[in-house]
Amino acid sequence: MASNTPTLLVEDLKTYFYTKAGVAKAVDGVSFSVAKGEVLGLVGESGSGKTVTGFSIIGLVDPPGKVAGGRILFNGEDITGASEERMRRLRGSRIAMIFQDPMMTLNPVLRIDTQMIEAVQAHDKVDRKTAFERSRDALGQVGIPSPEERLKAYPHQFSGGMRQRVAIAIALLHKPDLIIADEPTTALDVTIQGQILYEVQKLCRERGMSLIWITHDLAVVAGLADAICVMYAGRIVETGAIAQVIDQPLHPYTHGLIGSVPSHNRRGQPLAQIPGMAPSLLNMPQGCAFHPRCPRADAKCLEIPGVTTPRQPDHRVRCFHPHAGAAA
Amino acid sequence: MSVYIIRRLLQAVLVVAAMSVLVFAGVFMIGDPADILISDDADQAERQRLIESLGLDLPVHMQYLRFLAKALQGDLGTSFVFNEPALLLILDRMPATLELAFSALLLAVVFGIPLGMWAGLKPDSLASKSIMAGSILGFSLPTFWVGIMIIMIFAVMLGWLPSGGRGTTRELFGIDVSFLTVDGLLHLVLPAVNLALLKISLAVRLTRAGTREVIHQDYVKFARAKGLHPRRIVLVHVLKNILIPVITVLGLEFGSLIAFSVVTETVFAWPGMGKLIIDSINQLDRPVVVAYLMITVCMFIVINLIVDLLYSLLDPRVRLQDVKG
Repeated sequence: MASNTPTLLVEDLKTYFYTKAGVAKAVDGVSFSVAKGEVLGLVGESGSGKTVTGFSIIGLVDPPGKVAGGRILFNGEDITGASEERMRRLRGSRIAMIFQDPMMTLNPVLRIDTQMIEAVQAHDKVDRKTAFERSRDALGQVGIPSPEERLKAYPHQFSGGMRQRVAIAIALLHKPDLIIADEPTTALDVTIQGQILYEVQKLCRERGMSLIWITHDLAVVAGLADAICVMYAGRIVETGAIAQVIDQPLHPYTHGLIGSVPSHNRRGQPLAQIPGMAPSLLNMPQGCAFHPRCPRADAKCLEIPGVTTPRQPDHRVRCFHPHAGAAA
Repeated sequence: MSVYIIRRLLQAVLVVAAMSVLVFAGVFMIGDPADILISDDADQAERQRLIESLGLDLPVHMQYLRFLAKALQGDLGTSFVFNEPALLLILDRMPATLELAFSALLLAVVFGIPLGMWAGLKPDSLASKSIMAGSILGFSLPTFWVGIMIIMIFAVMLGWLPSGGRGTTRELFGIDVSFLTVDGLLHLVLPAVNLALLKISLAVRLTRAGTREVIHQDYVKFARAKGLHPRRIVLVHVLKNILIPVITVLGLEFGSLIAFSVVTETVFAWPGMGKLIIDSINQLDRPVVVAYLMITVCMFIVINLIVDLLYSLLDPRVRLQDVKG
């Protein structure tokens, strides 16, 4: 594999849900790439399609959803139309996923060791003892004390933070090339959130793993990611290096998101917010999906804007009226 | 755990005591056994003598207390008709009924759970829709009618299977059972299927509903994200979760299998408790009816206890609560 091949290259991905009420275009033409060892933040509101993007990559979109178009290249291999067996071999071993709610991720009636050993044995032909030892070491690495005893426990005997650590340990078992973390800290306490963030970042750095961190929390991404994609209504509206996007957002939506983060400088004033709410996927506004909420919208916005790079070549935006100057 | 069991047993004693009052009062209201037991040409003195010997001249609460005192010593009364202890009479017939009920339960598990899982995993396939349609039939057709129909088809028209009786039995731990001989097994098939039909339908629907619910859970998706083989996901992750409600309900339904066997036993002339109770009711053989109902109550209690214990085996979350309780 050539060293310049990105770990993941997503081109014009379209994932549609064919419901009785119509076709919901949850992901509609998303393109991005993740280099080896890179951390990409995928940011957006609920329903913007960020989670579906994650599930599309790992091939776990539930019916009536379907990848309707585009390509996903993983280490240069097109996995868009890959067989279920090929995807099964990639899942858990080369591409791992961490879910949002640790309370629901582990099977309540199976012991932790069962759930970890089966994950080892799904991809490596090793005996139970070796699999057990690997599970134990993996639990130790994510900071679970006395892992040997904890392996004998059931999920309900763990706290939420500990369960998420177990899920992370499972994701790390096969040292995957890519981890997709779908809001893994949203359901946790702020203190635990910090710990988990730190652990994941450290483990990814140590092993040169690529990471896609899906979140709605800009503050989390700002401290963690190298690059960022901002999604709105199934499309990426802005993408670039973390510093570019956070410090000098181009898209009015990103601008609004950053403006609505509480800050010490504006103490006592009401929190800035983006007016309106995210559109229903079944009833998308014509043209740029953000224009009904956008302060800069005009008649031009009734068409879908193309991708432009008004400031720097790797800082792309989909908007007719991007913010030109520094962040206001 | 043992505290839990002791508490359950104390509850059980209360239930039995309450049931004994209800059963005794209920049976007392059915009618006066003296009218049936004593032949019409018996004279008044003879009549009086018999009524006194059976204790039927006492007021109802005295009869009940007498019954209770004897019951505590393990004597549930003597059958008016057979002149044998009612308890022995019933225990004698019980293995046949239990054999039938267990066979039906086995059929419900062996057919109901896999069919239900199939219907839950592939809800849109033709096979699944046929399974669900079949289960509606299983629910709605009356047991006695299905019994008569399968006798018509398999015994009368096709002549494949015998229509009634237990066939040749063999002794196992001092109990006569049918399933150890070929002839007995052939006799068992039709009644067991007849009795099981309702429970198979129930198991299918429960399993399907459970499967539909569980396969959308995050932990199943996470199991897929781990790259597990689909077979392991279905047989371990899904099955173990849906077994919890299915075992609970089927366990509790075991009691109703014994109760429903009354119909099946009558149709197939299966010499079990059900047939005995029908005969006893017709002859107003009060001690047998009372003893049968009391035994059924005890069986229900024991079944409930076993189901609860099984439940804690299947669901680790229940175990913890027991320790606290």
